[in-house]
Amino acid sequence: MSIVFEKPHALSDVGFHYCPGCTHGIVHRLVAEVLDELKLEGETVGVASVGCSVFSYNYFECDMVQAAHGRAPAVATGVKRANPDKVVFTYQGDGDLLAIGTAETIHAATRGENITVVFINNCIYGMTGGQMAPTSLVGQVTQTTPYGRKIETQGWPINGCELVSQLEGTALAQRVAVNNVKNIREAKAAIKKAFTYQTEKKGFTFVEVLSTCPTNWGLSPQESMKWMEENMMPQYPLGVYKDKGAKGE
Amino acid sequence: MSEKVLMKGNEAIAEAAIRSGCKLFFGYPITPQTEVSAYMSKRMPQVDGLYLQAESEVAAINMVYGAASTGARAMTSSSSPGISLKQEGLSYIAGADLPCVIINIVRGGPGLGGIQPAQSDYFQATKGGGHGDYHLVVLAPSTIQECVDLTYKAFDIADEYRVPVMIMGDGMLGQMMEPVSFPEHDDSVTFDKSWACSTTGMKRKKNIVNSLYINPDELENLVWERQKRYDLITEKETRAESFFCDDADIVLVAYGTIARVAMNAVKKARAMGIKAGLIRPITLWPFPEKEIQKAAATAKSFLSVEMSTGQMVEDVKLAVNGKCPVEFYGRTGGVVPVPQEILDKIVEMSKKL
Amino acid sequence: MAKVTFNENACKGCYLCVDVCPKKIIKKATDRLNVKGFNPVEVTEQDQCIGCAFCATMCPDVVITVEK
Repeated sequence: MSIVFEKPHALSDVGFHYCPGCTHGIVHRLVAEVLDELKLEGETVGVASVGCSVFSYNYFECDMVQAAHGRAPAVATGVKRANPDKVVFTYQGDGDLLAIGTAETIHAATRGENITVVFINNCIYGMTGGQMAPTSLVGQVTQTTPYGRKIETQGWPINGCELVSQLEGTALAQRVAVNNVKNIREAKAAIKKAFTYQTEKKGFTFVEVLSTCPTNWGLSPQESMKWMEENMMPQYPLGVYKDKGAKGE
Repeated sequence: MSEKVLMKGNEAIAEAAIRSGCKLFFGYPITPQTEVSAYMSKRMPQVDGLYLQAESEVAAINMVYGAASTGARAMTSSSSPGISLKQEGLSYIAGADLPCVIINIVRGGPGLGGIQPAQSDYFQATKGGGHGDYHLVVLAPSTIQECVDLTYKAFDIADEYRVPVMIMGDGMLGQMMEPVSFPEHDDSVTFDKSWACSTTGMKRKKNIVNSLYINPDELENLVWERQKRYDLITEKETRAESFFCDDADIVLVAYGTIARVAMNAVKKARAMGIKAGLIRPITLWPFPEKEIQKAAATAKSFLSVEMSTGQMVEDVKLAVNGKCPVEFYGRTGGVVPVPQEILDKIVEMSKKL
Repeated sequence: MAKVTFNENACKGCYLCVDVCPKKIIKKATDRLNVKGFNPVEVTEQDQCIGCAFCATMCPDVVITVEK
């Protein structure tokens, strides 16, 4: 018998601190699998952000830099400009990337900064205990929107892929999900494409991953997957929003 | 020594940084330091270096954080309001033990304040600025030549002790032109960069650059370890110049631009028969307590002269430790005192002796 | 011939693998708790496993190794 599935090398042996059923672990594994398959672990610096994934510096086996809240794309820019031939990625949540770090995200994209951003969108601030995120849905109940997110006071959710796809420097903007095996495989393909484009110096690559937060949504892991499909996917349709490597573009 | 050239302070700092091996500069325009950025944007491409204009001061300091994480020499420059924005990044840089150099060409404040020379950010620079138990090493040049020499020194201190180092000047120093020479930089000195995130090459265990420690005992140990480095810096790197202090009754303390004006006043006082002296701190942190204490053993009073409402005077008082009175004279908001004002104060003090 | 093995003490009992198994051979082990205090999962009919690795693909905690 041969092994058809095991822990990727680029993922450390440290167990994740994430809650049961949290899909951060799936996405970590996909990134590590891609680093293995493209043989990039030894050539990569990862940038961890602030939020639930803050400890991602413990989980990847490549060199890791921990950034201040929202600043990961700026930190990644510094790492990349110092080492233009190395591979640099950030791993950020929705609060980090689209609230406090919107400027850093937009400007890294518009510079065509040759980095890969893995963006976890689960419509909530996880680490601090379930507050409204910039991507929280209209009507979504969170700790800080106990009556549901109201447009009159909090406005609308912000769509990351659509936003960065408008910028010339963006080489890839794709939204994927990790709610089932098929989508997980597509998510991995998107992450692999992003890292490949980076090695080809195509520009800013951005993969948004729809994820779950069973604990702060107050749902079981199974119910969370369903909630993502029924509520998040209409607001955040899966698909390729920009692909400079695709034929015809 | 190379031949002398006439340069602005801002440009001299930029050129000195490049000669110190800094190939990565991240800037954002703000008066009165924009010449640093402009010079870098012209010179960096000529030396295969990088000038990058960031989207904000916040982004610029975080780009420095990223570049410094790889072990490279990196720098940013700004002026007071911009330095306020960089405080978050500076705290993280200190917390992650990253070496880098920050230029602060101070202008009047608070708020948007003005664009004329000031020293009103002494507290911010020397007492922390951002959150947490940390210090910046703060160097205060008073001539354009010293801008060059201290920039060389700043990068070496940063690398040797793994700390951020600030060069604090003011708009007058930044804009003023003086002849300078650029000594050969000693590139033979190397520093340990085994901690850097420059990729593993699958040849070593991974490195992590980080300032997060959830376990309080672990965090405490690291903060005390850093404190020991600060103690070492205090012991080895504290610098000041003393003039006429051996027999001085009135010892002035002044740094940067205003130290030159104070020196003029001291000489005039001496000509009038008043035994005045001057201590010029070159490192604002660590503060030259020993020089002050030495002078305090014989002096009858001290005068802190600043372009602020009185900030360094607190450190002078701590160093003098009640041995004699410490007075203050200052102008602020971008107003630079003339020698006569300071002389008038010295004369007034001499009458109380 | 295929085989799944679980790093039992890493399991957090989310049971996403249980739902995704096409052969429905992964079950919650109700007779024991792991070091984290969760009922882990187990495969009772190993010979039914087709080695599709759906379970491992879905597992958020990299608990599962699949051989074929």
